[in-house]
Amino acid sequence: MPFNWDLVWSSFGPIIAGAVTGTIPLTLASFAFGLALALLVALMRLSRNAVISGAARFYVSVIRGTPLLVQLFVIFYGLPSLGVKLDPWPSAIIAFSLNVGGYAAEVIRAAILSVPKGQWEAGHTIGMSRGQSLRRLILPQAARVSVPPLSNTFISLVKDTSLASLILVTELFRNAQQIAAFSQEFMVLYLEAALVYWVICLALSSGQSALEKRLDRYVAH
Amino acid sequence: MSPTSPPSGAPSGEPGRDGRPQPKPVLSVRNLAKAFGSNVVLRDIDLDVRRGNVVALIGPSGSGKTTVLRSLNGLETPDAGTVTFADTATGKDLALDFSAKVAKKDISDLRDRSAMVFQHYNLFPHMTVLQNVIEGPVQVQKRKRAEAVAEAEKLLARVGMAEKRDAYPFELSGGQQQRVGIVRALALKPQLLLFDEPTSALDPELVGDVLGVIQELAEEGWTMVIVTHELAFARQVADEVIFMDGGVVVERGPAAEVLRAPRQERTRQFVRRLLHEF
Repeated sequence: MPFNWDLVWSSFGPIIAGAVTGTIPLTLASFAFGLALALLVALMRLSRNAVISGAARFYVSVIRGTPLLVQLFVIFYGLPSLGVKLDPWPSAIIAFSLNVGGYAAEVIRAAILSVPKGQWEAGHTIGMSRGQSLRRLILPQAARVSVPPLSNTFISLVKDTSLASLILVTELFRNAQQIAAFSQEFMVLYLEAALVYWVICLALSSGQSALEKRLDRYVAH
Repeated sequence: MSPTSPPSGAPSGEPGRDGRPQPKPVLSVRNLAKAFGSNVVLRDIDLDVRRGNVVALIGPSGSGKTTVLRSLNGLETPDAGTVTFADTATGKDLALDFSAKVAKKDISDLRDRSAMVFQHYNLFPHMTVLQNVIEGPVQVQKRKRAEAVAEAEKLLARVGMAEKRDAYPFELSGGQQQRVGIVRALALKPQLLLFDEPTSALDPELVGDVLGVIQELAEEGWTMVIVTHELAFARQVADEVIFMDGGVVVERGPAAEVLRAPRQERTRQFVRRLLHEF
């Protein structure tokens, strides 16, 4: 069987289009919402109020203890039976944001705790409120510590968005699947999809290195 | 006003060290007490600090001296006792009674009158020397940035750190970091400077630099409370020395008396042990 080069070239277009209009925006939106949620949940976890920290702990436990695919299906296929009918895109963004929120919350919490107590005290002595100390002193230092683990979360998310194809979001993998079904060239199409994911992740990894370098400028090497 | 002189407002006719009748102290602590569970950390601590005076708190580790110091800056909340800060400008004193619930506002008012220099410096590692110094004045006190920078530069020059203004803390020696720590405290223009074992984390050859800076501040008339193990230094700069052990004040008095001729056996032992270490 001759290798079908024409198909390779003609299918790259839709696959890359799926990445640009599906995978990448889905990843960026979910990560942004997820990080904001994670910061909130991390602060709740650190609260002295048992109800608040308990609620946050429960949330993290549910997210980490259940498969992402199940979370996605509950939101897209399950909620309609409660009268909440969401389109594929909002469903996907909500599910992925909630998922990132749970995982990243633990990363951020640990990063905040890794900043020495003396930094809070120094903030106090120069007159800062706890909120000011958090914003100006603690989070900038926690950011440096949390870049590597959050990058892992981010890179995992890029690949996890392929699950959105199962709730009918048009993205990289769904485009590859459709062409594969039509042409029966499964190996070619899925390897192409894999290649595009890999390239995206390589780009992110180099972005991570650059960011780490920038944030490391104030620590001894 | 020179950049390092203490904030004005001090009454003329400063209390001398010669035993003349003195005006009421700027800071007055009565019956301060604190316990962690059944572990009593402080019991009935009294402390008076007059404007321009230096009080040294000495004693073995675990004696409670650092807890007293931290209570003055709102870093610890005592269980009982009062802390009173005289306000010469308005005549309206700030009085905190820890036996009752203390308002947050009062704690932050107390905190804003003093500034702490920490044993481990606690500089902000993600900021340059200059940024460390102007963070409080600009972000908290809302002073003009240019003004705060100019003042910070003068203060840094004063402790020989002008050239390091753009360095990050990790690029500095311990002695240099502590000098920045002192400047960061001075930049807040507090009425009272608090030092928590400022030289304990330093290599021996760097201790002199930092003590020299503190001594100059004392000579300029800054009001200070210093927790220290440097007895020779305490004898030189302190007007009063307070020896604490086991959460109580064992002995207090003029530095020369307490350190040269202690009346209490426990003080004698402590002083002898520390002096023989060297």
